Amino acid sequence: MKFLPTLVITSLAAVITSSALTQSNTVTLLNVSYDPTRELYQAINPAFSKTYAAKTGKTVTINQSHGGSGAQARAVIDGLEADVVTLALAWDIDAIADKGLLGKDWQYLLGNNSSPYTSTIVFLVRKGNPKGIKDWDDLVKPGVQVITPNPKTSGGARWNFLAAWGHALKKTGSEAGAKAFVGKLYQNVPVLDSGARGSTTTFVERGIGDVLLAWENEAILAIREQKDKFEIVAPPTSILAEPPVAVVEKNAAKHGTTEVAKAYLQFLYTPEGQEIIAKNYYRPRNPSVAKKYAAQFPKLKFFTLRSTFGNWRDTQKKFFTDNGVFDQIYQPR
Amino acid sequence: MRRAVALPSAARVSPLKAHSRAEPLWLKWSLIGLALFFVVLLLVLPLVTVFYEALRAGISRYGASITDPDALKAIGLTLGVIAIAVPLNTLFGVAAAWLIAKFRFPGRSLLISLIDLPLAVSPVIAGLIYVLLFGRQGVLGLWLEAQNIKIIFATPGIALATTFVTFSFVARELIPVMQSQGREEEEAAVTLGARGWQVFRFVTLPNVKWGLLYGIIMCNARAMGEFGAVSVVSGKIRGLTATVPLQIEMLYNEYNTVSAFAIASLLAALALVTLVVKALLEWRGKLEAKSQS
Amino acid sequence: MVTRALPLPHVRSRARQILPGFGLSLGYTVFYLSFIVLIPLAALVVKASGLAPLEFWTLATSPRVLSGLRVSFSSALVASMLNIPIGLLIAWVLVRYEFPGKRLIDALIDLPFALPTAVAGITLTTLFAKTGWVGNLLEPLGIRVAYTQLGIVLALVFIGLPFAVRSVQPVLEGLGTEVEEAALSLGASWGQTFSRVILPQLLPAILAGFTLAFARTVGEYGSVIFISGNLPFKTEIAPLLIVAQLESYNYAGAAAIAVLMLGLSLILLVLANLAQARASKVVGE
Repeated sequence: MKFLPTLVITSLAAVITSSALTQSNTVTLLNVSYDPTRELYQAINPAFSKTYAAKTGKTVTINQSHGGSGAQARAVIDGLEADVVTLALAWDIDAIADKGLLGKDWQYLLGNNSSPYTSTIVFLVRKGNPKGIKDWDDLVKPGVQVITPNPKTSGGARWNFLAAWGHALKKTGSEAGAKAFVGKLYQNVPVLDSGARGSTTTFVERGIGDVLLAWENEAILAIREQKDKFEIVAPPTSILAEPPVAVVEKNAAKHGTTEVAKAYLQFLYTPEGQEIIAKNYYRPRNPSVAKKYAAQFPKLKFFTLRSTFGNWRDTQKKFFTDNGVFDQIYQPR
Repeated sequence: MRRAVALPSAARVSPLKAHSRAEPLWLKWSLIGLALFFVVLLLVLPLVTVFYEALRAGISRYGASITDPDALKAIGLTLGVIAIAVPLNTLFGVAAAWLIAKFRFPGRSLLISLIDLPLAVSPVIAGLIYVLLFGRQGVLGLWLEAQNIKIIFATPGIALATTFVTFSFVARELIPVMQSQGREEEEAAVTLGARGWQVFRFVTLPNVKWGLLYGIIMCNARAMGEFGAVSVVSGKIRGLTATVPLQIEMLYNEYNTVSAFAIASLLAALALVTLVVKALLEWRGKLEAKSQS
Repeated sequence: MVTRALPLPHVRSRARQILPGFGLSLGYTVFYLSFIVLIPLAALVVKASGLAPLEFWTLATSPRVLSGLRVSFSSALVASMLNIPIGLLIAWVLVRYEFPGKRLIDALIDLPFALPTAVAGITLTTLFAKTGWVGNLLEPLGIRVAYTQLGIVLALVFIGLPFAVRSVQPVLEGLGTEVEEAALSLGASWGQTFSRVILPQLLPAILAGFTLAFARTVGEYGSVIFISGNLPFKTEIAPLLIVAQLESYNYAGAAAIAVLMLGLSLILLVLANLAQARASKVVGE
């Protein structure tokens, strides 16, 4: 009976990861971000390292962490030592600021509400647009199936919700009208995935639904890959989504990385950074870069969160907390 | 005592032969057929799908996916976590099963239920409890930070969460087996003057070894595949705190379905490796039995 | 050959004195259980108590939460029951028969463990959605699996299957064929032998498998959210509500739903384990 020792040895045949050796001339940053920005920061990071090395002679290694925006913010609150956060909604960074990890004035520290790029919500429909979807109003027609994730579990889905709400508010002129409209829209949702990626899969791979509410950059990517199957419909108006970035001051101070963390975020605003942003189908803030890449983005009118809803904190509370507007839409049957 | 050592179950005189008299052939084959139907529907088809998706872009893409440096680091981390969680839970499982199967005491039933409890804890919560305990806002958070000890968002936290979700496996697998063995043999051994560990090693272990083995295999497989709990405590830093299942999720979220499924297929294959170990042990058991008879 | 003698009544009372290791195994079990499971779970209960009793009650009895609990518990119950015959059948075939490919199938049983739950969910949805290999066969029959509660049950059958098989398998393996042979030679039919001789001996293991499968599946999240469709009041599971609470940084609310689930699970586990204890008493250990 030598089988216990054999098992022990088998299970002990393991690799223990060794911690990286830190050298004085290298700096490590941790950027905690949300899901769709992976390709963007994969392109940004080496470009920044190169620029920074040329300027200071220091080598920067940037570690990336991606996940749902809310879950990522929670990880930072609970002790994930991010030097910078680049998330989907200002509310998530507010929540980190509430715990004292950075100043509550974070949104004024960098330009454009600390949001170096924007995006919006557009429609992805099947080739030829068989249901003739042109505007938000078409989404509430009977027989149209809309795919969007659950705004309570997905940051991106909150932008979807608010975009529809903003349209309805303008059209009906009343909160009650907007609520009725959005309620009707969610009646048309056959599958409420927990995240944006799940919704894309439901629409693209499973063939369910007539229209997917999607981030503009994701929709453009989907079109690039499967031109013959889908097309983008830009509604006449949509929301200007402003994904924010910030230095997590307390962590950066602890790591001695405040300077490089600031430089990293500022790099996003430089023409070079803005070019990379545009190439990844986010809308750049820099006017001349925006002009250069204007052709790749659909033309539509924007309304901002601030103009229609006020700030994120109140918006979150009103719409997405327990028994908020979104919960009221769904009633037991 | 020799009897117990000499006769592992695999060595029994062909159960097939003894049984051929029992049920008609048509029944045997329809049972096999029905079992195969379920196995194909529930296990083979998903497995085929995984490999189909993994190999869709060709074998070289597959090779590149599984030798990617981040993927290799994730595999290293997962193996390291297994090396902590599985032995710990095995030791616990043996102790707990011995206690529950061989003794009667007040609270025994409750203890069994408590051993099952970690299974019933939603993976999301299994991660959350350690965050509540060791996180920055948690009970021990500030003290740990002052000592510069990292548990959450580092290997110890991942190992803890994995230990939690695989907690019950060995114990739960051993308890029914040990129970069905009864106590007589051990008691006889004690009466004959055997010491505690001798009783366990020479009487109990041979009788329960398959249960133990299944328990370890399940524990191991589950430890490799755990996603929910680990994702809460990992921090998901690529190449540092991403285990294999997290790496798969990341790739999937990057629209890199092929690589995601390639690594998933590797995980499935790793699970099969443990079964090869089992087959080898079985084979050795047979040899041992032969040499002693 | 091992003959399983029925225990004499006085053996039980002597047992504690004769067998060693009671103190050691009790001490270690309780210590380890406390350290890994009970203390961290206590942190959860403490967090949940951050809600006032009234708040807790309002949350616990809100229609949304009740519906989530109903979906989670009923799906897990149905799936675990389905897994009893399926698991017994597969274990039986694997232990008693020889056929080509048997080893491979034996190896496959643990697949649901090793596949990360998200992969399992995605894969099952791929297969059972109306565009999938199995789904497009079922669609003409009017059977919709993906995005219905049937889909949740399917995912949970998949997740729970290894428990059902692996709980029965070792007991079946240790169960000699002598008693059966005796029964058969005394003129019992095969059906009688199975139901009166074999099944009772397997009962504790079957119940253990059921309990484990149920426990494991009731809180399952990763695989279910892909196939369920997550429609409130229809296919929304309780763990999703926990995640939703966390997304709004409401740790206490999340902990409250979790404690609620845990309490219900614990009650069911205790009941199942009592049934199991009774069953093993009948078998006579």
